[in-house]
Amino acid sequence: MTPMATARRSGIAAAGFSARLAGFLVAVTTTYLGLLAVTFFIGRVIPIDPVLAVLGDRAPASAIARVRIEMGLDLPLWQQFSIYVQKVLSGDFGTSVLTTHPVLEDIARVFPATIELATVGTAVGALIGVPLGVLAAVRRGSIVDQIVRVIGLVGYSMPIFWMALLALVVFYARLHWVAFPGRLDVVYEYTFTPISGLFLLDAIWQRQWEVLWDLVRHIILPASLLGYLSLAYISRMTRGFMLNELRQEYIVAARAKGLSDARIIWAHALRNAAVPLVTVIALSYANLLEGSVLTETIFSWPGIGSYITNSLQNADMNAVLGGTIAIGTVFIALNLLSDLLYRFLDPRTKAR
Amino acid sequence: MTATLPSAPLSRREWLLADHPQSRMQARLGRAYMVWLQFSANRLAMIGLSIIVLLVIVAMSADLLAPYSPVVGDLRNERLLPPGSAHWLGTDGQGRDILSRLIYGSRLTLLVVGLVAVIAAPVGLVVGTVSGYAGGWIDAILMRLTDIFLAFPKLVLALALVSALGPGIENAILAIAVTSWPPYARIARAETLTFRHSDFIAAVRLMGASPGRIVVRHIMPLCLSSLLVRVTLDMAGIIITAAGLGFLGLGAQPPMPEWGAMIADGRRFVLDQWWVAAAPGGAILIVSLGFNLLGDGLRDALDPREASR
Repeated sequence: MTPMATARRSGIAAAGFSARLAGFLVAVTTTYLGLLAVTFFIGRVIPIDPVLAVLGDRAPASAIARVRIEMGLDLPLWQQFSIYVQKVLSGDFGTSVLTTHPVLEDIARVFPATIELATVGTAVGALIGVPLGVLAAVRRGSIVDQIVRVIGLVGYSMPIFWMALLALVVFYARLHWVAFPGRLDVVYEYTFTPISGLFLLDAIWQRQWEVLWDLVRHIILPASLLGYLSLAYISRMTRGFMLNELRQEYIVAARAKGLSDARIIWAHALRNAAVPLVTVIALSYANLLEGSVLTETIFSWPGIGSYITNSLQNADMNAVLGGTIAIGTVFIALNLLSDLLYRFLDPRTKAR
Repeated sequence: MTATLPSAPLSRREWLLADHPQSRMQARLGRAYMVWLQFSANRLAMIGLSIIVLLVIVAMSADLLAPYSPVVGDLRNERLLPPGSAHWLGTDGQGRDILSRLIYGSRLTLLVVGLVAVIAAPVGLVVGTVSGYAGGWIDAILMRLTDIFLAFPKLVLALALVSALGPGIENAILAIAVTSWPPYARIARAETLTFRHSDFIAAVRLMGASPGRIVVRHIMPLCLSSLLVRVTLDMAGIIITAAGLGFLGLGAQPPMPEWGAMIADGRRFVLDQWWVAAAPGGAILIVSLGFNLLGDGLRDALDPREASR
C-alpha cells in the first residue's frame, strides 16, 4: 500500500466516523432486541400455556382467567413483547421459584464468581497461548509447530466437563494438590467478609493471605481447564497473525538493520499482531463465560453457570431466562467491543 | 467425438488428469481426483478420515459388533466391573457393558451431527446466497439477522431452548441447529459476492434465466465446497454441545446410550470407578478429533488460499 493511499483512506475514515458510530449503535440495539426477542419467544410462546405453567392444571377457571390478564396474555403479541422489553431493561426478570429472590438479585450475587473464574481462565490462556502461537509461527513446520497444533486440536475436540471430571480424580482425589470443589473452604466462611464479590481481590485487599491461598487452591483447576480452551483458540490465531507479520517487508528491513531475532519477533512483529490479538482475547473471554456453564457444575463453583443449571433441573424458567439474558448481554457486549476495537485500532480495515 | 480420441488408450490416471477433458463428467472426476491426491498426501487428514469411516461402519454394524445389550445389564453380578477380558471397557452402575453402549451410542452421535448439518447448512446456504445475489435491502436485513444470531451465546441459548421445549434428543438437535446456521450464511454470502459479477453469471442472465434459477443452479453449487469444509469443522463443536446437553440430562433420555449422558452416569462413581466416565468422554474426544482433522485436510485440499496460512 502506498503512503498516499493510506492517507486517503484515513481521510475517508475520519469523515465516516460518525456514520460508523451510528452503524455501531444500530448493531448494538438490534442485536440486543434480537436477544430479548428470542428469550421472549422461549419463555412466552413455546410453552403451550404459560398460565398452566405457573398455576398447574388443577387451578379453577376463574383463577386462570385472572392470571391470564395479570400476565398480560390477553394483549396482542407485539404489545406483550414491548412490555417484556421494558421490564427487562428496568431490571425486572421476575422472581426465581427456587430461591424466592428476584432473579436480578440472584444474578448480581453469583455473577462475580463467574467473572473471576473466566478472567483467571483467560489470563492463563493468553499468557500461555500467545507465546506458544509465536513460537509455532517462528519455527513453522518444525516439531514445535506440530506439538502446538496438536495441543490446540485436542483443546478444540475435548468435552470440557469430561476433562474436568478426570482432572478432579487426578489432582484432587489422587494427588491432593487442589482443594475440594467449591470456591472457598467453609472454615473461612465467618472470618472472611468479601466486599466486591471478586474474592481474590478482596483477600488481597484485606491482606488475608491464608484465605488467598485457599482461594487459589480452589480456582486453579477450573481456571486452568477453561484456560486450556482459550489457549487452543488464542495460540492458533496468534500463529496466523504472526505468520502474516513475519512475511512483511519491515521484518526484512529490521533484519537488515542487524536487530536480534528476539527483538524482531517480540518487539516488532508481535506488536503489530497485537491489535487483532486483543480482539481475539476479548472473544475468547466471551466464549469462556459461556464455557464456564458446564465447568461450574463440575466444580460446584457458585457462579451463573451453576445457577442456570440448577434452575434448569427445577424448571425455574424465570431464572434460566434471566441467566441467559445476563450472559447474553455480556457476550454481545464483548463481541461488539472486539469488533469495534478491531475497526478502530487497525487502519487496514477502515477502507472496507 | 471419435476424432478427438487419442491413438493409444489412456491409463485411468492419465484420463483423470487430462488437460483437456472431453466431457463434463471427465472434468468433474478429474477435479475430484486432484482434490483426492492433495487430500490423501496429508497424513493427519487421512487419520481423520479413517476415524470417521470407522465411526460410520461401527454405527451401521452395531448389532453385529456389540458383544452385549446396550440397555440391559446384569445388576446382580456385574455392576461396576473394571476393564477386563469379559468386558473390555468394564461395566457401568447398572451392570451394562460400556463398550456395547459406546458402540450403540455412535448411532446417536451420527444422528445428531447428520441432522444438525441437514437442517442448518441448507438454511445458511439459502440465506447467504439469496442475500449475496439480491443485495440491497434484502441483503441488509438478512445479514443483520445473521449477525444478531452470530452474537448470541450458543450453548446457553440451546440450554434455554431445550429447557422450554422439554428434554429429548430431537429438541436438542433442533436447539443446536437453530444456533448453528449463521456462519454458513456468512460463508455462502462471501462466496456469492466473489462471482456475482462474473461473466458466466451475466451470460446465464442474458439467456433469460430467472434470479431463482441462477441462485439455485449456478451459485449454490459453487458455494458447496467451502460450506462442506466449515460444516465438517463444526461437527466437533456440535458433538461436544450435544454431549453437554446430554450431560445435563437435556439430551437423549435414559436408557439411550448417549455419550454425554453416559459421562453424567459415571460422575457418581468417578472417584473409585473412573473408567465409567472416562470411556465415553474418550470416544467423544476421538470422534471430534477425527472431524477436526478431516475438516482441516478438506480445507487444505479444496481451498488452496486458506492452506497457505
